[in-house]
Amino acid sequence: MTITEKLLARAAGRDEVTPGEFVSCRLDLVLANDITAPIAIDEFRRMGAEKVFDPARIALVCDHATPNRDINAATQTKKVRDFAREMGVANYWEADQGGIEHIILPDKGLVIPGDVVIGADSHTCTYGALGAFATGVGSTDAAAGMALGECWFRVPETIEVVYTGELQPWVSAKDLILKLIGEIGVAGARYRSLEFKGEVIDNLGMAGRFTICNMAIEAGAKNGVIAPDETTLSWIEGRTDREPVVLASDDDASYVRTVEIDCSALEPQVAFPHLPENTRGVSEVGDVPIDQVVIGACTNGRLEDLCAAAKVLEGRHVADGVRCIVIPGSHEIHLQATREGLVELFLESGCLVSTPTCGPCLGMHMGVLAEGERAIATTNRNFVGRMGHPKSEVYLASPVVAAASAVAGRIAGPEDL
Amino acid sequence: MKATGRVHKYGDHIDTDAIIAARYLSTTDPIELAGHCMQDIDAEFVERVEPGDIIVAGENFGCGSSREHAPIAIKAAGVSAVIARNFARIFYRNALNIGLPIIECPEAAEAINAGDEVTVDTDEGTIVDHTTGEEFSFQPLTGVAAELVEAGGLVPMVQERLGTR
Ligand code: SF4
Repeated sequence: MTITEKLLARAAGRDEVTPGEFVSCRLDLVLANDITAPIAIDEFRRMGAEKVFDPARIALVCDHATPNRDINAATQTKKVRDFAREMGVANYWEADQGGIEHIILPDKGLVIPGDVVIGADSHTCTYGALGAFATGVGSTDAAAGMALGECWFRVPETIEVVYTGELQPWVSAKDLILKLIGEIGVAGARYRSLEFKGEVIDNLGMAGRFTICNMAIEAGAKNGVIAPDETTLSWIEGRTDREPVVLASDDDASYVRTVEIDCSALEPQVAFPHLPENTRGVSEVGDVPIDQVVIGACTNGRLEDLCAAAKVLEGRHVADGVRCIVIPGSHEIHLQATREGLVELFLESGCLVSTPTCGPCLGMHMGVLAEGERAIATTNRNFVGRMGHPKSEVYLASPVVAAASAVAGRIAGPEDL
Repeated sequence: MKATGRVHKYGDHIDTDAIIAARYLSTTDPIELAGHCMQDIDAEFVERVEPGDIIVAGENFGCGSSREHAPIAIKAAGVSAVIARNFARIFYRNALNIGLPIIECPEAAEAINAGDEVTVDTDEGTIVDHTTGEEFSFQPLTGVAAELVEAGGLVPMVQERLGTR
């Protein structure tokens, strides 16, 4: 069996499962946010549920339109907060403990190897980086999960993705996943599991692994997963009291497809509008002037990402006429970045440093684009209207490419500076 | 379920931001959401759409975000069914959960034109294009998906489990 099959079998109380069959799994964590929780709460009440299955296994994170952008957003957040209080949900935080859901949940040790997690947010697949099964669902599924502590799944077939070779300077996890999506397309893993492996993954730290699994959904995947190893186990140390369950795919596990990517010749990638599959090497981008840069989001808002951007920005200045918005992924990361001098470096080089939020990633607030404007961002989606006006454009890239572009005033790699 | 309506046709990878943009998500009111349905890719959809109309699209319909606001907006706009080559999985689940009929039928998705008058019969598994005279059949749902439709969505199914019906 593959690791995904094993994770689902275990949570379904079965010895084995095969792709295509329906299973009902017990859940280790159910997540919803300020956009999806309000509907989940209404559905939860309509279901006639009076309490959540386990207040310690629910997480409600207000991150999309926070700090509240308007009265409607404030009303939604309040609804989530009131529900959390009423139900005794332990995992609800105000700003000083908060941040973007897919950054803070792992950071707080709420997901560990072996877990089965659903979240009313498509990027819930991020936690697969810890060797968990984690997948996005809608609000009604999340409501049912909160009420019952269970969810049904169709066991997916698995695509194996093997990254070989050695990474070139300035090439990072974001480039690995963009390259894959460029190769298999935005529906290339639809309904399937993506299992990432190979020497490049073995050598990758957790921040990079989160970045890769985060974008599994951009290939249509149900989940992305990386088998836990020493890196995983030492990362969760001190974050949890629970025992991790370390699973791995059998040698004779069956995969529906194997994709091998040789990284030795891989250069930083850029995804052109309006799909994440429109990828090119940064050397093939041509002259693309930009108005805005966003460095942050659940894809690349971790301390490692800010450090990478800072390396490029150090001693340089953002180009005239460009807004470069840096958004630490959580309050904790913001504090760390301040302590390490990164915030000062960003401010001196002409960036804005925002409070943690999803904000511009989905065109909510804090950096919305006007008609005809163009941004390069470390986010994960570049659909029509994603960051604002339907006639604006978003290009996706890694923190170092975003930072280099901010300096150049057009899309550029660090080596072009 | 049997419904007849005019077709609004779209291409591949119609994402949930296109179905309902994030800037309108600070509400859960279905009617308000419906007022912005498909806005960024088809600004006139909201004015054109009549109760019973049918959306026909290509591959991977509903990809992207998990926002249930997307199928809710489509349903509240009066659309009776969505026919596509295939669907993104979260959208697929969400549609089943809230009772928006969705049909995977590559042949129909290909052949039916914008503006055609079409009848969908989910019990019989048939699609009839009255404008061209073509008929198509599709596989009935199986497993939990069929149970969900049978139960009328996920809410009644959970009510059954909790004994709150
Ligand atoms: S940062 Fe963007 S992609 Fe990530 S959870 Fe927030 S809105 Fe979604």
